[in-house]
Amino acid sequence: MLIQQISIFVENKKGRLAEITKVIGDAGIDIRALSVADTTDFGILRLIVDKPDDAVQKLKNAGMTVSLTDVIAVSLDDKPGAFSHVVQLLSDNDINIEYMYAFIGRDPDKAYVILRVEDPSHGIDVLGKNDIKLLGSAEVYGM
Amino acid sequence: MIMENYFSPWIECANLDTIRDVQSKRLMDTVRRVYENVKFYRDKFDECGIKPEDIKSVDDLSKLPFTYKQDLRDNYPYGLFAVPREKISRIHASSGTTGKMTVVGYTSKDIDDWSEDAARALVAAGATPSDYIHVSYGYGLFTGGLGLHYGAEKLGAVAVPVSSGNTRRQIDILRDFGSNVLCCTPSYAMYIGETMQEMGIDPSEISLRAGIFGAEPWSEEMRGEIQKLLGIKAYDIYGLSEIMGPGVSFECSQQTGMHINEDKFIPEVIDPETGEVLPDGVQGELVFTCITKEALPLIRYRTRDIATISRVKCGCGRTLIKMTKPTGRTDDMLIIRGVNVFPSQIESVLLDMNLVSPNYVLVVDRIDNLDTLEVQVEMTADMFSDTVRNVERIEKKIRSALLSILGIAATVKLVEPKSIARSEGKAKRIIDNRKI
Repeated sequence: MLIQQISIFVENKKGRLAEITKVIGDAGIDIRALSVADTTDFGILRLIVDKPDDAVQKLKNAGMTVSLTDVIAVSLDDKPGAFSHVVQLLSDNDINIEYMYAFIGRDPDKAYVILRVEDPSHGIDVLGKNDIKLLGSAEVYGM
Repeated sequence: MIMENYFSPWIECANLDTIRDVQSKRLMDTVRRVYENVKFYRDKFDECGIKPEDIKSVDDLSKLPFTYKQDLRDNYPYGLFAVPREKISRIHASSGTTGKMTVVGYTSKDIDDWSEDAARALVAAGATPSDYIHVSYGYGLFTGGLGLHYGAEKLGAVAVPVSSGNTRRQIDILRDFGSNVLCCTPSYAMYIGETMQEMGIDPSEISLRAGIFGAEPWSEEMRGEIQKLLGIKAYDIYGLSEIMGPGVSFECSQQTGMHINEDKFIPEVIDPETGEVLPDGVQGELVFTCITKEALPLIRYRTRDIATISRVKCGCGRTLIKMTKPTGRTDDMLIIRGVNVFPSQIESVLLDMNLVSPNYVLVVDRIDNLDTLEVQVEMTADMFSDTVRNVERIEKKIRSALLSILGIAATVKLVEPKSIARSEGKAKRIIDNRKI
């Protein structure tokens, strides 16, 4: 149930994000979800794509600093309280969230959250036991 | 007409013959002493076929070989000392290129001579025995603090050993203790002035008349600003620990260059490439020979400072030869907030940490009159992960390592791989944006 997220180090300078995303676009790689963490001097671009290994190779070839991280993709009913419930479960089980970001897909009744926790297997375990629907890599990449 | 005071009028206003006589006598004595007591010099003189008897006057100085900073390092820590341990009464040290310091020693007579040098500088800046001398140079292995401190005591004035830091407290002390002369780096003087302004204290509320500022490069514009901010006259002072410390040369009322205490340090200006001695008035590398020092009498020491010396009639009445403020250096040493920084020191810090690429660039700037150092380091895949926390942890780790080695705070900026310009041949490691 682990999803591979690509993280890219982005220096805060003009046009950098455009250059990075162009590499991905030119390689015919489709972005499923993204988020940017920013500080004064640099940012980290986090991407979920359809072909992660391919994307990493292309980005590395283009001289970028890239790393792959295991994250969890949660599928939620798009209704009030659903997300809160998931966060509460994690909190009750002492699982700290490093960061997260949400996206929606083609199903109008669903919302998805990418979760990065310290111990992803433990996270999967806890969420699975509580009947939270998790997406597998094939599902996410093929969205 | 200004009434000038001198601390050592017998030499400060001596005629050239007297100066040369003193220099010749002391030079001959020094050459004999180093030959007898320092293996390094004995070997070196023998190699060049020079015997102490060959040096008969100051005119023979150029026959002697140079001493380099590397020689001090090779003989670290005490190898060049010319007296036994029992005679040494103090040690100072300055930062070196590879984290190895340059260690210098003083006998009690050396300390006394040095105190006299600093006292001459204080008197030239208008200080008198009834003054309070506020010393904000750092006290410690750095020669600045203790150098001026002993000068103040030698003069018979009151030394106020505040050392550096805690600027508001400095200002309280300046005002409440009635300090008359301030000694610190020029950038710190600016900072004190600006802080005073912020605190709403007018220069007329303090008793400062003069300041003696050195240990880092500063401009005439900066002098003007300091003088205005603090309501004082600002004087330059020059020195380096290998030769003595602050007081090797000092500015007088004319504020047009520094008089060298040439009864103790014979200056030469040479072509740094060929080693050839250049005539007065021509710019080159400053070289000093210590002729009174007992513990560490260096012969023809290459300072790597670029300056000009000239024997001109000075309005202050002193006849001691004058040198210009050094305009640059022959090596890649940076002086940041009075601290010597070598790019190679930073490189070894980075390499020791084993996590960064040795591709780095140093960006030096002067913001609000304080020197800033930014170390840009290329990020590598090994050190990168998806969280901001991790990247900041690496930055912090580098920052603390730099602080402990350099003794000054630097900001660290991680940049993308290959973003630091590669150059053919010698890498360009320094971007100095300071306008001095």
